[in-house]
Amino acid sequence: MAADSQWLTFLVLFLPFFAAAAAPLLTRSFGHKAAWILAVFPAFIFLHFIGFAAPVANGETISGGYSWIESLDVDFSWYLDGLSLTFALLISGIGTLIVLYSGGYLKGHAQQGRFFSFILMFMGAMQGLVVADSFLTLFVFWELTSIASFLLIGFDHSREAARRAALQALIVTGAGGLSLLAGLLVIAQATGVNSLSALLAEGEGLREAPLYFAALLLVLGGAFTKSAQFPFHFWLPNAMEAPTPVSAYLHSATMVKAGVYLLMRLNPVMGETFAWETILPLFGGTTLIVGTLLGLRQTDLKLMLAYTTVASLGLLVMLTGFGSHLAVEAAVLYLVAHSLFKGALFMVAGCIDHETGTRDLTRLGGIGRAMPITFAAALLAAFSMGGLPPFFGFLAKEEIYAGLATGSFWGVLLTLVAIIGNGLMFAIGFAVGLKPFIGAASDTPKHPHEGPILLWLGPVILATTGLLAALFSSLSHHFVSSPMASAVVGEPVEISISIVPHVGLPLLLSLVTIALGIFVYLTLERGRASMATVLAAIGWGPDRGFDQFVRGVIRISAVVTGIVQNGRLDIYMTVTFIILAAALFVPMIGFGELPSVPAIAALSFHEWAILVIAFIGLGAVVYARDRLTAIVSLGIQGFAVALLFMLFGAADLSFTQFMVETLSVVILALVMTRLRLSPADHRPTGQKLLDFSIASVCGAGLGLLLMRVVEVPFDPTLSTFFAENSRVIAHGRNIVNVIIVDFRGLDTLGEIAVVMIAGLAILALVRVRAGKPGNATKTKTVETGGEA
Amino acid sequence: MSTLIFRTTAPYLASLMVLFSLFVLLRGHNEPGGGFIGGLIAASALAIYGIACGVPSVRRAIYFHPMAISGSGLFLAALSGLVSLFVEQPFLTGQWITLNVLGVPLDLSTVLFFDIGVYLVVVGSITSIALGLEEREHA
Repeated sequence: MAADSQWLTFLVLFLPFFAAAAAPLLTRSFGHKAAWILAVFPAFIFLHFIGFAAPVANGETISGGYSWIESLDVDFSWYLDGLSLTFALLISGIGTLIVLYSGGYLKGHAQQGRFFSFILMFMGAMQGLVVADSFLTLFVFWELTSIASFLLIGFDHSREAARRAALQALIVTGAGGLSLLAGLLVIAQATGVNSLSALLAEGEGLREAPLYFAALLLVLGGAFTKSAQFPFHFWLPNAMEAPTPVSAYLHSATMVKAGVYLLMRLNPVMGETFAWETILPLFGGTTLIVGTLLGLRQTDLKLMLAYTTVASLGLLVMLTGFGSHLAVEAAVLYLVAHSLFKGALFMVAGCIDHETGTRDLTRLGGIGRAMPITFAAALLAAFSMGGLPPFFGFLAKEEIYAGLATGSFWGVLLTLVAIIGNGLMFAIGFAVGLKPFIGAASDTPKHPHEGPILLWLGPVILATTGLLAALFSSLSHHFVSSPMASAVVGEPVEISISIVPHVGLPLLLSLVTIALGIFVYLTLERGRASMATVLAAIGWGPDRGFDQFVRGVIRISAVVTGIVQNGRLDIYMTVTFIILAAALFVPMIGFGELPSVPAIAALSFHEWAILVIAFIGLGAVVYARDRLTAIVSLGIQGFAVALLFMLFGAADLSFTQFMVETLSVVILALVMTRLRLSPADHRPTGQKLLDFSIASVCGAGLGLLLMRVVEVPFDPTLSTFFAENSRVIAHGRNIVNVIIVDFRGLDTLGEIAVVMIAGLAILALVRVRAGKPGNATKTKTVETGGEA
Repeated sequence: MSTLIFRTTAPYLASLMVLFSLFVLLRGHNEPGGGFIGGLIAASALAIYGIACGVPSVRRAIYFHPMAISGSGLFLAALSGLVSLFVEQPFLTGQWITLNVLGVPLDLSTVLFFDIGVYLVVVGSITSIALGLEEREHA
């Protein structure tokens, strides 16, 4: 099964990226109608994944992959079970509709091609994320979704607010991504596996590992930021700066659910522990309440939906962490229902905005007559969101109450939380899906009329699917809900709930919820006003906290830079050389590795002569009255050393040393004349003494180190190898050069690249306008003079 | 610096040094020498020429911008490493052929071109720095 379609699945994983590359060209040729062509790609992917539905429903899993980095044992692999398949179907299915919708929504926009490109790129990333098997594949796609969403949120980059929202989303989810990476590494360390399928097969191992808690916190850091859990929820409403198709796709059905996906995926191996069942419901429940209350405050249709999305994500996290099979089943049903109705409602909000010119709830009314199709879709979606029969949302809500109302204290508390949250969401759902369409006709910026097919097709299909999935619940359970719930629980479970109401506690709680919802809907204005007062009284929120955090980081880095990079060359050099001296002496003395006193070999006359010349050069450097003399005298010492190299048979080295010394003198002299320094040395005596001692200590340290190194028995393996093979393998008798250009050619390639880059940098420094010839010019040149 | 003697001899000295640097470069595989040292010699030659006769005449003489020479050297070195990929050997594996030029066997290798690349990088970078500094001196 897996083998014959392996290459096809591989292709399908990359198809969105190909489509993304083709999108700008297609849009240039066909304008907004390119949407019809581009929608073929996700539709094809959807059909491909549909083909897996039957085997997965029978409990099979589809996996495949290719070796990616063999030496690190990293594969590019995928793994499809009920959970990933449902996500993949949602992503490609809703993705198809979103592409069509973007065609209508951004019709005539100058950058529509770019938009298509970004959204398809995102689709590819998200799809890769949910089917990824190896940890690395998962992480790469996880980060890709963050990057793609950054591009999409900041699509309208000429606006400050959009740029800020994009950056904020990137920082929050990017930080979460790093946390996830650390978490995955810890898991790999604790269990020794590096793929999800192997981890799932492992079973108990991870829960009992001592690193479990660390891994849990890190993974939750990734999941909570991505899924906008309180207190990281603030980026999601801000992300509404993006065009509506983005909100409908990323911030309802897909990206923000990535965190929930991760939690569901890891539930079989990390769940059912005390930490899991405490942290998840706690954060999820808080997010649910906070999200709905903040949503109540808003008048912008998109922002209302955004906050209910935050709330829904909280509900999903809460259910996933509750720890019973029923709760997981509820989470699964609610996730599917939410993707359908929230996607539809976002698109409806976009239609309203597009056709009336506003999405401010207080300015909208009575547009249902002008936009009947949109109204119908909105109403269907709102019914599902409110959890009314016979919609899929109703099934989800029944299951939520059946799962939570277990009688324990925790269960009662969370049931209450769920009732309040659902009631408020009911109200907001109808405020978006019903309120703008009824009542007295209002005065909108544009005269309202029905949008083109591209705009209403998506919401209609999604809203209808929400109805059909509930009507034919046995079918949708068999192919979607049950396999997905089985994957999340870790053992086969069967979901059987249908639209026929069962008299019992869940139904009663549903009625309470609906009553609460209707009450809040009718008193929406008053509720909003009181929330506004409360929020104004609090005054501070994580969103403002984010700004304070960013400002704080910038301020701290400014302080640190001021201390570390104070711009005084003498301090830099003093610090560098003190550290060098410490690095030389501390280990040598600490480990008792000081060299023993070497026997002084008898030196011949000419060797003495060269030594004397070297010392004369050094003496001249110290006593020289002006800098130019000092530089030239330093050259004398260098030449003497080169002669020594020559005497001991290192011809190449000596040759190079001569040239380097010559060039250093020339370049240093040029630099000195350029810098217009005072010719003589005006340091105070104390400074001179300090510099002298640091220099002496460094020199002594290097000398001792060299002596110690020479005392160690020489390991001739390498030199023997080079001596034996230089002629045979590399056809050269000059071993030094053969090493440079052949045996260690890659090193040399890197080195010459460094030489060139250093040259470019120095050239840039030299070209800096005369008038402020900074100290930097001098140091840079000195370094390269020595290096070359 | 621009004494008459120096100015008169510098062009001859510089051209001899460049010639010598090529000799050092080419013999590097079997005798002391090679691209690095050859490049340094050539760079000193150009630096001397610049001190004696002025930067504009050096720039005219070498025709290309020194950084372009450096860049082409890096490019050449990387390119010479790619050849081995065509015979399915790792990057930078030396490839040798023996040509028969007028009856004299001549060993050619990708390693030689790599070494020439090193030479060009060193000449270009150092000359570029030296000329930059000299130019400002006369500015």
